[in-house]
Amino acid sequence: MTASEHPDDVPRDGPELDGPELDRALSETWGDKPGLIGWLTTVDHKRVGKRYIVTAMVFLLLGGVLALLMRLQLARPDSGLISADRYNQIFTMHGSTMMFLFAVPVMEAFGVYLVPLMVGTRAISFPRLNAFSYWLYLFGGAMVWVAFLRDVGPDVGWFSYTPLSGPEFSPGKRADFWAQMITFTEVAALAVAVELVATILKQRAPGMRLDRIPLFVWGMLVTAFMVIFSMPAVTLASSFLLSDRLVGTQFYNPAEGGSSLLWQHLFWFFGHPEVYIIFLPGLGFVSAIVETFCKRPVFAYPVMVAALVTTGLLAFGLWVHHMFATGLPRLGYAFYTAASMSIALPSGVQIFCWIATMWDSRPRFELPMWWVVAFIITFVIGGLTGVMVASVPLDLELHDTYFVVAHFHYTLIGGAVFPLLGAITYWFPKITGRMMGRRLGQASFWLVFLGFHLTFMTMHFTGLLGMPRRVYTYPAGLGWDALNMTSTVGAFILAFGVLVFLVNIVLSLRRGEIAGDNPWGAASLEWAATSPPRPYNFAHIPAVTSSTPLWEESLPVFSGLRVKERELVLTTVVDAKPDLRDPSPKPTIWPLLAALATTGLFIWSIFSPWALVYGAIPVGIAMTAWFWPKSTPDIGREPVIE
Amino acid sequence: MSTRQTFTGDLSVLPTHGFGMRSLTWWGVIAYMLIEGGGFALMGGAYFYLMSQETVWPPASLPPDLLPGVLFTIIILLSEIPNALLKKAAEAQQRDRVLLFIVLLDLIGVALFVIRGFEFAHINVRWSDNAYGSILWALLLLHTIHILTDWAESVVLTALMFTGHGHEPRRFVDVSEDALYWRFVWATWLPIFVLIYLVPRLL
Repeated sequence: MTASEHPDDVPRDGPELDGPELDRALSETWGDKPGLIGWLTTVDHKRVGKRYIVTAMVFLLLGGVLALLMRLQLARPDSGLISADRYNQIFTMHGSTMMFLFAVPVMEAFGVYLVPLMVGTRAISFPRLNAFSYWLYLFGGAMVWVAFLRDVGPDVGWFSYTPLSGPEFSPGKRADFWAQMITFTEVAALAVAVELVATILKQRAPGMRLDRIPLFVWGMLVTAFMVIFSMPAVTLASSFLLSDRLVGTQFYNPAEGGSSLLWQHLFWFFGHPEVYIIFLPGLGFVSAIVETFCKRPVFAYPVMVAALVTTGLLAFGLWVHHMFATGLPRLGYAFYTAASMSIALPSGVQIFCWIATMWDSRPRFELPMWWVVAFIITFVIGGLTGVMVASVPLDLELHDTYFVVAHFHYTLIGGAVFPLLGAITYWFPKITGRMMGRRLGQASFWLVFLGFHLTFMTMHFTGLLGMPRRVYTYPAGLGWDALNMTSTVGAFILAFGVLVFLVNIVLSLRRGEIAGDNPWGAASLEWAATSPPRPYNFAHIPAVTSSTPLWEESLPVFSGLRVKERELVLTTVVDAKPDLRDPSPKPTIWPLLAALATTGLFIWSIFSPWALVYGAIPVGIAMTAWFWPKSTPDIGREPVIE
Repeated sequence: MSTRQTFTGDLSVLPTHGFGMRSLTWWGVIAYMLIEGGGFALMGGAYFYLMSQETVWPPASLPPDLLPGVLFTIIILLSEIPNALLKKAAEAQQRDRVLLFIVLLDLIGVALFVIRGFEFAHINVRWSDNAYGSILWALLLLHTIHILTDWAESVVLTALMFTGHGHEPRRFVDVSEDALYWRFVWATWLPIFVLIYLVPRLL
């Protein structure tokens, strides 16, 4: 049966409605209102995703400025540049900003932007929740930064250990702003995780079976499940902390049967998977880039997927290695050492698969590939020091020294930020329609890469010589002076490289070479959309017949979605057979208003427990208005064949 | 898009709603169950961790009085009968029966709130007395928030079903998912009941 056979039919995409005419109709349906209203009400995953990316990059710069301040302070011994109190706030805000406001959000942001395009659908699932999530993230980040600038910034480390963060040792509201920032960002992250799971499992283009999903999308799926299983732990931990501080519960107070170590268990049950939540999307970027520039599918696809899933599972089994110094039963030491070492296996497997992919092809070394190589070198070094500190006797020696700082910056910057910079370079043409400049790109690459290794390679030695973390200054003559100065010089080179990267972005936005739909000759579906994509992503829903659809002879498509309604197609979970036509929600102001009401509740509850009662009323009203259908009941308007 | 495009199929023949795992809402609800179920499980873990710090449990008070808790458990278990009928009616798109059962469940919700008030009154410890008191209050409060949010959602849905929107097939899908979520709310109560009422008595 074809579209024209419906009795009283409505316009649908297909051979009769195609080209500019179809574009006009779909743009009308899927576009936002112009101007500020459109900006505030949009639920387009591409606009929200871009916003998320830009905001996360602003937080990266803010966190980077804090890092430079710390390096300035530590450049010389006995420096009086920054007071101990301010320094505590600075390193706490650096870690918290980088983990909660930059790393996790930027990875989810790329998921929000790219996943619907890569699976070939018109919109993300639950698009209003997506808008709500962005606003909540923005307001939470702004809250903690305003508090910091007004000298009520958290000062107890990004992990906020009790009893230091408890009511006895941290009076005032500093720790509360930290704990509530956690609530904001975790609610936002969980919302995105739910959207990504539903989008990936139900909205894939027909024919995109589970074994044809791009590896980046697999990475995001595993990441989303990890968010779902790990983030409740930190939300619970910080809620307990807030209530200890606000209403006198005794969760973390050993004098009344509580336990400080309970905090560490709950925090690291989240905190260790968190590292992989940041890292798995990075692996996804690498797989996408390697596939494109080697012009062949990544070697051993099923092994790659199994490695991603295995990493996701193992990541939940090794949180206690952050607690080796707290004293554990012998069996605990042995178990968590073994678990920590075993997670190196799936990471190693993936690295060998990428190397095999490159080996078996003639890779084109465009800029994104440079970042992949930088990633492999840097991450392998970080992985090796990881295996070192997984061993208890060595960990007890190196715990809380700069060696650990060096280790996790190698894994996080090497494992996530380098792939991210590669990903920005790689997808910039898709997002903006223009290529990023080559020469500035190469300059920024070398500055960042060399600046990074100068800064952090040095820190291994500073740590081996015994310099502890989180000290605001140190006396001269301990053998740390030259090493610290070297790290500071490296940090400024790295920062200059980031600046050049940003200048390149700004210049390329204005006068970069026009990209076209598929400038790299890539295989995945996002490159079938225009650059930048239209509000509806695809004029017709693509039909997928392989894991590299754009390298096939042609890309067949489906007809038959309504064009006057926001309609998309749901497919079955495993085989991606077309199953339902589903409406996609329209733009509305209510997610923003609901986020404002929620922000009011969260900030109020720093000061009074009654916020949970009275603050919930405006949230309830906003949510009800959000969900209440605005259109007239649409019963019987369109014939449905079932 | 490529100019060589060929049309391989027509999506207009697909239906516009489906129940259970065919619907997007179902996946959203399941994902939220995982999140909240994870939260409950971790809270249970915290409970046993705190218990392991004490020599006696409860440390310095009587366990909560059984009567309100048992009454609450019986009623919330019985609520599954109208809930199952509601889900069935929604999936058969029988609006009259949906309205009957959803109103009945809203009323049961009110009764549950009253009993929950008695549960708090007979918990025999304050949240600020010791960690035992803190975790008991946390468990009971978290579960109450779940009942409250699901009840509020149900009431809004009830109002919606009485309007013209109540004839749309998609609203029946919403009702069906709402009934699914209620199952989660009563199912999670059972382990929490064990933690609050039985463990302090038996272990």
